Amino acid sequence: MGDYLLFMLSAIVINNILLIKFLGVCPFIGVSSSMDSAIGMSAACIFVNVLASSLCWMVQSFVLEPLGLEYIQTLAFIVVIASLVQLVEIVLQKVAPPLYSALGIYLPLITTNCMIFGVAVLNIREERGFIDTVVYAVSTAVGFSMALILLAGIRERFAIARIPKVMQGFPAGLITAGMMGLSFYGLVGLA
Amino acid sequence: MGPILSAVVAMGGLGLVLSAALGVAAKVFYVYVDPKIGEVADVLPGANCGGCGYAGCTDCAAAMVAGEAAPNACKAGGDSVTQAVAAVLGVSAEAAERDIAKIFCRGAHGVAERKFIYKGITDCRAAALVSGGDKTCTYGCLGLGTCVASCPFGALQMGDDGLPIVNEKLCTGCGTCVTACPRGIPKLVKESQKAATLCSSHDLGKVVKAICSVGCIGCGKCKKACPEKAVTVVKFLSVVDPEKCNGCGKCFEKCPTGIIQSLVA
Repeated sequence: MGDYLLFMLSAIVINNILLIKFLGVCPFIGVSSSMDSAIGMSAACIFVNVLASSLCWMVQSFVLEPLGLEYIQTLAFIVVIASLVQLVEIVLQKVAPPLYSALGIYLPLITTNCMIFGVAVLNIREERGFIDTVVYAVSTAVGFSMALILLAGIRERFAIARIPKVMQGFPAGLITAGMMGLSFYGLVGLA
Repeated sequence: MGPILSAVVAMGGLGLVLSAALGVAAKVFYVYVDPKIGEVADVLPGANCGGCGYAGCTDCAAAMVAGEAAPNACKAGGDSVTQAVAAVLGVSAEAAERDIAKIFCRGAHGVAERKFIYKGITDCRAAALVSGGDKTCTYGCLGLGTCVASCPFGALQMGDDGLPIVNEKLCTGCGTCVTACPRGIPKLVKESQKAATLCSSHDLGKVVKAICSVGCIGCGKCKKACPEKAVTVVKFLSVVDPEKCNGCGKCFEKCPTGIIQSLVA
């Protein structure tokens, strides 16, 4: 149990998928301008990340490895993730309309979130079992959410801060993200 | 040939299985979306101002089609949009009376006192955080134009006297400025309202007198003067009931600061 705690802590904070591994930077900058959208994106990401990682692990273990086709992993995973997001969208719209409208536009946007693909590949590369894969997927997505919500909180305050015109918007956002990355880098020694 | 074939078969199979799953899901979980929602959304202004209380124009359109919102729910669009929506939905529409924003502060430069010179960010929300704003009156307009910047229809502009001016032709009554203002100075009133006390101060009369020459001191003379009993004084601020007010103007004469005013041009 203690092992899992350390494993999760490492994935959430110490090896934060966004700030240390630099995966999923596109939504990190794209949807962090308001707290509401950041929370929506986070919820959708946690949901899809777990599903996608589990499914990709299954495809890898039951299809690609037995056939000796590890080299088309990238292709296969992209296909799996893209159709999974579509599938989730269709099912949610029918089964849980409130959740569907809450996640809204963020669900299809996840197709292009490289964190989802990155986590799926990392799980295979580290040769994790199924349980570990799910735990790692949850933890990385929580880490992603944490960083995204933190940045959104900072960027909301940009609205009333005096920022030189050339730095407004994305430049200030990128620099803030960089500083957050640096400060999280200080935790690397922990594990 | 073997490895290529197995790769092609595996990827083809994967694609086939996934697209079959998608196809089945699309059939099984099919959700009927009323095409009218799109048609109604097309005739709405599309400014997504939120004045109707829904998240955006599409949301409002869905509510209109579902019958949860009346065809006149779009305040910003006014009568023409109401008619267009009603035409799409095939119902008759009653025109809603238009709301317009009024600025409930007359404390212009030189009229209301200032306790310090504010040289910070040009935004009322920021100014309000600096020891309650530079105006001595804690209810008054800060005059930095946050409402002007927020207006999606360009109906507000900043006057030379430091108070915003509402262009009543452009104002749609969406209420964006009402929520943008940290002090709630702009308020929505019915277009037909004839008189109003254009002050927001709930301070004691003595305090108001000391800091602003036009503020409502809550003396209640307007209340006594009104033959229709349309005026009440709530926490040292007189309030006109638009339902009862007939615009006779008797209160205007009695008001010592002249803050209760006619809204009819």
